[in-house]
Amino acid sequence: MEGMSTIVKKVSQLVAGIIFMYGIYIILHGHLTPGGGFAGGAIIAGAFILLILAFGSSALNLKKEITGSSIVESAAILMVVILAVMSLLLGLKVFFTNFLPKGEPGELLSAGVIPLYNIFIGIEVAGAILTIFLALVIFKEESST
Amino acid sequence: MELTISIILGFMIIGAIYALHAKDLLSAVVAMGIVGYGLVICFLLLKAPDLAIVQIVVETITLVIMVAVVLDSTRKELEVPFDRKSLLNTIVGFVVFAGLFYFFLNAIESLDPLGMHSLRMSEPYVTGAVESTGSINLVTGILFDFRAYDTLGEAVILYTAALGALTLLRMKGKKTA
Amino acid sequence: MIVYLLCFILFLVGLYGVITRRNLIKIAISLSIMEFSIFLILVLIGYIDQGLAPIVEPGSGAQVYVDPLPQAMVLTAIVIGLATTAMLMAIAIRLYRKYKTFDIREIKNLRG
Repeated sequence: MEGMSTIVKKVSQLVAGIIFMYGIYIILHGHLTPGGGFAGGAIIAGAFILLILAFGSSALNLKKEITGSSIVESAAILMVVILAVMSLLLGLKVFFTNFLPKGEPGELLSAGVIPLYNIFIGIEVAGAILTIFLALVIFKEESST
Repeated sequence: MELTISIILGFMIIGAIYALHAKDLLSAVVAMGIVGYGLVICFLLLKAPDLAIVQIVVETITLVIMVAVVLDSTRKELEVPFDRKSLLNTIVGFVVFAGLFYFFLNAIESLDPLGMHSLRMSEPYVTGAVESTGSINLVTGILFDFRAYDTLGEAVILYTAALGALTLLRMKGKKTA
Repeated sequence: MIVYLLCFILFLVGLYGVITRRNLIKIAISLSIMEFSIFLILVLIGYIDQGLAPIVEPGSGAQVYVDPLPQAMVLTAIVIGLATTAMLMAIAIRLYRKYKTFDIREIKNLRG
């Protein structure tokens, strides 16, 4: 898949950076404004998909079978499970509770362990959607059946 | 409110019927976009901004994937001869629809009219959420604290779908020339 | 009540597509249409007139909020719908590569 013309490449470089920052904002403020982990993760995946579509896959040099997005999503879901088990080990004896202090409602650093969950679920959703897109659209099998 | 949503639903039904009978597969995929984006407007009118953000991004990604799949293979819809087997399928379908419609009419008799929901199940969630979880976004508080198991299951489903797509296509990582 | 009936008609249009169409892409589109109608009826049930969006302003008194529980369920369901559509598209790509057609009746008759 070839890339597009020069003006599309330059504009998409600028716009993808802005979309990426917007996605991070939606993830971090998930407990204060509408949004959360799933919406922010999908927006970040959208920024990367825009870059791939504008530059073409021949400029990407994807040679490995396990791409970077696959490693990132696996690490993120492992961190989610570790966070869930940590409340079991910290003496509360209940799986999956909210164990950090709650703070003042309305501040950025409030709501216990919910912002951490938002961040890791957001990274996991972004990695999963990007892996699905790469597998279905970019990667093709070498030998013909 | 009821009139506005009914008009948007009318457009969605027309788009859906066209998507099934289109002769070009690309037109059918674009007509599915009518249903998806009309749903975003309905979510905004029903005071659900979380859902509108997720639905608009997920719908765009779905459309990009489907257009890529359709353009890569074939755009032509098949010529279907109107023989006896397809007529039998359609008649059986309509009989099943009539039965389902009768059950649906019985089921919505006990529903409150639109806009007068009685909040039986979510009363403890709405009144006790801010002290119990500390987050002022009620939907995030419910999703990540009261019903966190559903969120864990959903993350695992998305991970499994990514692994399944990689396994089904069994790529070697290089694009064919 | 008219809104609930129109949602159900959208569901029936999707079901008609799954039953009668022979093209695999149209079956995937119809499955997606069925899911959209269910999302809409779930959020419609939880709507309250003159209710606010479920974000609490700290410091204001007791307000009437729209029911947040169906919204949480539909949020999960939207992402699951994306996963299902992606798997169906992967199957469609494999079938097209092997049989060079999307017609399910011919694929059933060929038997590899």
